[in-house]
Amino acid sequence: MKDICEAPGVSGYEEYVAKIVRAAFCAHVDEVRQDRMGNVVFLKRGSDSGGRRPRILLAAHLDEIGLMVTKIEEGGFLRFSAVGGIDPRTVVGQEVILYGREKLSGVIGVKPPHLTPADELSKGHKMEDLHIDVALTEESARKLVAVGDLALIRRELIQLAGSTVAAKAMDDRAGLAVLLSCLQELERLRHAADVYAVATVQEEVGVRGAAMATYGVVPDIGIAVDVTHAEMPGVLEHEACKLGKGPGITVGPNIHPKISEEIIRVAKEYRLPYQLEAFPGPTGTDARAIQVTRGGIPTGLLSIPLRYMHTSVELLDMDDLKLSGRLLAYFIAGVDSAFVEGLSCC
Amino acid sequence: MKELLKKLSETYGPSGREEQISRVIREEIKDYVDETYTDNMGNLYAVKKGSGAKIMVAAHMDEIGMIVTHIDDKGFLRFSNVGGLSPHVLLGQRVIFANGSQGTVGMEKLEEINKLKLEKLYIDIGATTKDDARKHIKVGDIATYHREATIVGNRVIGKAMDNRAGCAVLVKAIQELAQTENEVYAVFTSQEEVGLRGSRISTYRINPDLGLAVDITMVGDTPEAPTMDVSLGKGPTVKIKDASVICHPRLKEKLSEIAEKNEIPYQYEVLTAGGTDAGAIHLTKEGIPAGVISIPCRYVHTPGEMVDLDDLAHAVKLLKAFLSAPLEMREIFPCHLE
Amino acid sequence: MLLKRLSEASGASGDEGEVRSLLKEELSLHVEEVTTDALGNLYLKKGFGRKPRVMVAAHMDEVGLMVVGYEKSGLLRVVKVGSIDDRVLASKVVSIGKDRIAGVIGAKAVHLQKPDERTKAIDINNLYIDLGVRSQEEAEKLVKIGDYATFTAKVREAGDNCLIGKAFDNRAGCAVLAELLKEDFDLELNAVFTVQEEVGLRGAGVAAYSIHPDVALVIETTAAADVVGSKEAAYVTKLGDGPALTLMDSTYMAPQQILDLVAETAEKLAIPYQFRRLTTAGTDAGIISQTHAGILSAVISIPCRYIHSPASIINLDDWQNTLRLARGILNAIAEGGLRLEGTA
Repeated sequence: MKDICEAPGVSGYEEYVAKIVRAAFCAHVDEVRQDRMGNVVFLKRGSDSGGRRPRILLAAHLDEIGLMVTKIEEGGFLRFSAVGGIDPRTVVGQEVILYGREKLSGVIGVKPPHLTPADELSKGHKMEDLHIDVALTEESARKLVAVGDLALIRRELIQLAGSTVAAKAMDDRAGLAVLLSCLQELERLRHAADVYAVATVQEEVGVRGAAMATYGVVPDIGIAVDVTHAEMPGVLEHEACKLGKGPGITVGPNIHPKISEEIIRVAKEYRLPYQLEAFPGPTGTDARAIQVTRGGIPTGLLSIPLRYMHTSVELLDMDDLKLSGRLLAYFIAGVDSAFVEGLSCC
Repeated sequence: MKELLKKLSETYGPSGREEQISRVIREEIKDYVDETYTDNMGNLYAVKKGSGAKIMVAAHMDEIGMIVTHIDDKGFLRFSNVGGLSPHVLLGQRVIFANGSQGTVGMEKLEEINKLKLEKLYIDIGATTKDDARKHIKVGDIATYHREATIVGNRVIGKAMDNRAGCAVLVKAIQELAQTENEVYAVFTSQEEVGLRGSRISTYRINPDLGLAVDITMVGDTPEAPTMDVSLGKGPTVKIKDASVICHPRLKEKLSEIAEKNEIPYQYEVLTAGGTDAGAIHLTKEGIPAGVISIPCRYVHTPGEMVDLDDLAHAVKLLKAFLSAPLEMREIFPCHLE
Repeated sequence: MLLKRLSEASGASGDEGEVRSLLKEELSLHVEEVTTDALGNLYLKKGFGRKPRVMVAAHMDEVGLMVVGYEKSGLLRVVKVGSIDDRVLASKVVSIGKDRIAGVIGAKAVHLQKPDERTKAIDINNLYIDLGVRSQEEAEKLVKIGDYATFTAKVREAGDNCLIGKAFDNRAGCAVLAELLKEDFDLELNAVFTVQEEVGLRGAGVAAYSIHPDVALVIETTAAADVVGSKEAAYVTKLGDGPALTLMDSTYMAPQQILDLVAETAEKLAIPYQFRRLTTAGTDAGIISQTHAGILSAVISIPCRYIHSPASIINLDDWQNTLRLARGILNAIAEGGLRLEGTA
């Protein structure tokens, strides 16, 4: 968990974390391939010998949000913009790692409170007003940093009370951890279907990789594994899940009703905790793209409850990850040709 | 290049009504390619056959415009925007329709100018009644800025440099392209300004190994400009990212490599808002590696867009060098198999 | 009357089952093939193998609400499915779930409101569905999280050949398509009652992918804002002026040959028509025209006042004229009125 969260992998530049994921997954699958855009497709074959095996696609995204250098200013200060959705107020005063020609240490500096006029103190910072300071002269900075270089908040995984941890990029390295856990569980279960576990790219900038990967795999069923909001002050109860009470199973237009029904049935059968999440439109996850690929794919979505999404202290309960992996594996074990046929609607 | 750019800039061709500009471009390139054809959305394709990698290069030929939605009793025309139009830039502008009818953009009385919206504007073509107006214009007709292109030193000012400058670069590159193994599809796309629409379907049709878009981009070198490290006259850009696409890192490397090898000045570009045809190209089917070569342009989406002729010349050089380089797809985009 | 039954059926985006069954029952005997897909689109095909292959689409879904939580008191928390102005929700009647459980969306009595409260719009977080129960436990027995709620409204005749009702967007369009399916055209007709248009044109794209037609016609319902307090230029469309032809919206631009074909057809058949004045909002044609290597598409719409509210108004003459125009367009296409490919 520590390794994949701390590894860098901003949207469009997922190569490094893709390597780590490949190393972790390959012992548990039969085949691996990577497409030109960087999606990594892991295939674990099913046992069904009669005719065409059902095909299940699982998707968790490799990419995380990050910062991109837009200009090197006088004095060696670096202006930047966000890759993916970032609240500028959560990056002020942070340490960063800047991936230039070398790895550089830097800070996102702020004016000290003594020098800030009172009325400014109550206003949130804007991205355009911030800068990264790598403590170099402009000349040195220009040698080591270029426009387009990426920076990430420096954050190690933090163990909090009990099984709670916080780290950057839990969105969606947690999803990848669930896929791994699922693949490990599947090694002791019989499953008829071929499982294509895909580590997708560029979800944070518009769910881009999943569309391409799904087009290539053409599955009978697609399940995305991502994170969802866990309760915290200021968020209405119905807008969030609880930590430690199992994954969220989504229902709504983005989800095939028979798939969510079946996942719920499996959870009840194996006494696995889960929470119901109703979402009234296309979700902000890979499921959104999977469902409308080619002639349409029956889609499901499993989500890990997580606090403080899109900050560097994304917080979750490790038990939720194991439970989700298990639930996913049991669901897959129950999918056969008959189930797939039953998905053609009413 | 000057004459070509002037001709393209002054030709009429808003999104959805690209016939005139399409004809002009076709005339320029038909003798340099093996085939030209169009599709039901008005995209213009020009193909140079080859046995190597299949490369698509897109330059959108549409410009922004004003679509007439209503003709009132006195013959004034109400309109809506085709692409990104700023109501403040439109005030008092001279506009022209496909059939040559011309007019001025007028404004209703307004207390606060910063509350100006398109609904408060109208086009006056000098008609006296509704019927008089209808002799020349019908609902659905689209007007564009009416402006001559002028050459000032090494720079050119005109309307629709976005993206006639890109079209000029692509035309010249095709005209001057030496023999190459690669199969090149030069596509002059339609309806980019309203949502990258022409490139989306043309990429699907061609299904290339990789795609490049040639478009304009904004600059940061004017007084109190928003932060952007691109300047006029410092060379074409190799785009890294905009809101529609994160250019494939391998393509970005390849373009930089080719630029350095051929001593072509270039800049890196990160555009925080806005998109190009590459946004639609890369999301086609199973994903197509895409990159962008941009021409720096000041005053984008105004009738006084300004580009630098050296930037255009260098862009042509870069594009030609890229298209003639032997592209071993497996070498550039290794697919790992374990 | 089919339009009445369609309007009164419940079918919010993602929950179109009732409308789908109704249409299947009504139309199966008139066509050669009936199928559905992973999202719930309903395909009805006739004229197998004829050329050209035409797709005619009308979306089945309506805007509605989704139950997302309970209050301890038994009140239900809801979110919107599709685009609804929060301000039309107060004080309305809804039905929830498969069993059509009745509920009301209450609003605080005016007597109990402070003066400054009265001028603010009541937003969705302050609106609840009341089932009449006294506790969360009782509510849980009747309604589940994820259940859909739609407005309850009976279709009523009114004014000059008009109808009042809910979901005319787009049951009115579905009714036109249903009528067309009872007739014969010299082309391969692939009718699709699409799903989830209101939450992002989700059904039409996959349908166009599966059918891969040569040309597509979308039958929609669009806003008519021809009411007091609106300026003529902002009417969008006018009730009674006939079907509206879309020039452009935020997802689509009508190709010139489509505009010409529709105008010619209307004039030849003496059908009144108008242009849709708005260039924002989108329809299934937006995604259809961008599928495969591009599909030539047209959109005609029935004007409707107070669209996306429980009390909309349509004019039956407009409805009839939309049917006549659609019929005319299909015949014109069958006679080769469209250039389906580009030029060399």
